[in-house]
Amino acid sequence: MSALIEVKSLDKAFGGVHAVEGVSFSVEAGQVYSVIGPNGAGKTTLFNLISGLYTPTKGEIVLKGESTAKLEPNQLAERGMCRTFQQMQICMNMSAIENVMLGRHLKLRSNLFTTLFRLPSLLRDEKACRERAAELMEFVGCGDYLDTEASAMSYGALKRLEIARALAADPKVILLDEPAAGLNAVETAALEKLIRKIADQGTTVMLVEHDMKLVMGISDRLLVLNYGRVLAEGTPEEIRNNPDVIAAYLGG
Amino acid sequence: MLNRFMQMRLRDLVILAVILFALPLFLNNPFHYDLATQMAIIAATVVGLNLLVGFAGQISLGHAGFFGLGAYFTGIMTSNYGWSSVPALVVGAILVGILAWIVGRPILRLKGHYLSMATLAVGFIIAIILNNERALTGGPDGMPVPAFTVFGWELSPFGSYNLLGMELNGSEAWYLFAAVVLLVAVWLAQNLIDSPIGRALRSVHGSEVAARVVGVDTARYKSLVFVVSAIYASSMGSLYAHFQGFITPAVAGFDFSILFITMVVLGGMGSTMGVILGAVVLKLLPQVLADFQELETVMFGAILMLTMIFMPKGLLPTIQMAVGRRMKKKAGGQA
Repeated sequence: MSALIEVKSLDKAFGGVHAVEGVSFSVEAGQVYSVIGPNGAGKTTLFNLISGLYTPTKGEIVLKGESTAKLEPNQLAERGMCRTFQQMQICMNMSAIENVMLGRHLKLRSNLFTTLFRLPSLLRDEKACRERAAELMEFVGCGDYLDTEASAMSYGALKRLEIARALAADPKVILLDEPAAGLNAVETAALEKLIRKIADQGTTVMLVEHDMKLVMGISDRLLVLNYGRVLAEGTPEEIRNNPDVIAAYLGG
Repeated sequence: MLNRFMQMRLRDLVILAVILFALPLFLNNPFHYDLATQMAIIAATVVGLNLLVGFAGQISLGHAGFFGLGAYFTGIMTSNYGWSSVPALVVGAILVGILAWIVGRPILRLKGHYLSMATLAVGFIIAIILNNERALTGGPDGMPVPAFTVFGWELSPFGSYNLLGMELNGSEAWYLFAAVVLLVAVWLAQNLIDSPIGRALRSVHGSEVAARVVGVDTARYKSLVFVVSAIYASSMGSLYAHFQGFITPAVAGFDFSILFITMVVLGGMGSTMGVILGAVVLKLLPQVLADFQELETVMFGAILMLTMIFMPKGLLPTIQMAVGRRMKKKAGGQA
């Protein structure tokens, strides 16, 4: 058995603060794997480590059997890792569909020469890229906004747009950092459906989320962090009945 | 499929071409033509700089350095070594591109004020070298540059030409040449912007983190656009040298660098047509203000300040927004 992502005794310290300490777990391909925990538990730090934005202080992350220690975020993207952010990272200087087309960056073969003279090969690629991007925007439910400027879109639409951009790279694993934050009940229900659809296509999903109903309904496994350490790991059923988790959440 | 971007680019190119070729109707002496030619050459330089500043969100306060290097490479090779103009321009641009790549790799890791300082320093160093290498460059006294030649055919401001039956003097011929160069420069820049490379460049500006997680090697793209904008500057420097017929180290100087960046900011960062307007306005203002003599510089500064306070997005984007709003209002009123 080989896991898609293996995290081995991961440590990240900011000065004296251990944001993540001795965290180990593994994610199988095709799972929906959620990370939960109170605010400041280190969930986003963990995501930043996995996606290569932070370098671990100690420990390592193995993606498909390869250590990611020396890899930049863009090199991780080449290996099928993509993500969204709690603080959305949308390029407001572009239109909606251009943001999604940007997500296909690694799929496009263009060089300065074909670009400057706008040769037919480039135009063909661009047309295919735009069609795929439009499909994805339809898939996440913002098909009405193709040529809208990103800066003119609503918060909920931008959240979905960011997911479309991440999917545009045809990732093996997609990391969603609090996708439901700031969404209303209807939007959250739509999001749950969307995450299911993504998982059904065989993409591994890692999720950081506070909405327990969403997390418990959708996850195959959960990791509970508290003060940077692993409090519990298991199926939603196991987590729900774990006395430590109940204590941390309900203050027992 | 014509997307929004392609429609805009076609429209912009057509409008620009119409303006450029209609302009001679309003120009009635060689001085006007010379001014318009200078504007076109400078505008093409600024279109290149805008790729770096307006689209990729980086800054260069030393771009006149690359402009000056192109000018001097052309000057030295054509007058001292008998090179023809086109090889001098191309080889100069390649060398400047290589230099920009070598310099750009380390300094583009810097951000904000630090990047400004580093690029400022690059410009200063180039200007100092041009000033001091007297044997090669003539030092502060400058050097003469022969006329632009292609295969023995010479484009000189003092010549006279015949184009499709039209009698043209040297100034008119140079203007037409510069107008075509500007159109090509704009076309290439637009092609670059509306492409995977262009999206990657704009994403560096929009959100560098997003760019990195979707797989954009941001360091590589920053270097790339720095090199492209330096090549624009160098090529236009070469043409400028031929057109002026005489160059001094001032073409690589601080004032010129600041002028370029001001044109970008004033005209509208990230708007190709905007920065051309910026170039035109900043070249025209001193002519218009010449009547005010000693107050000229003061008024120049005041106009810049007021524009930035009331039109922070730059001239053209502000005008476009105002027109767009009015049209919407009108359409709304009729409905």
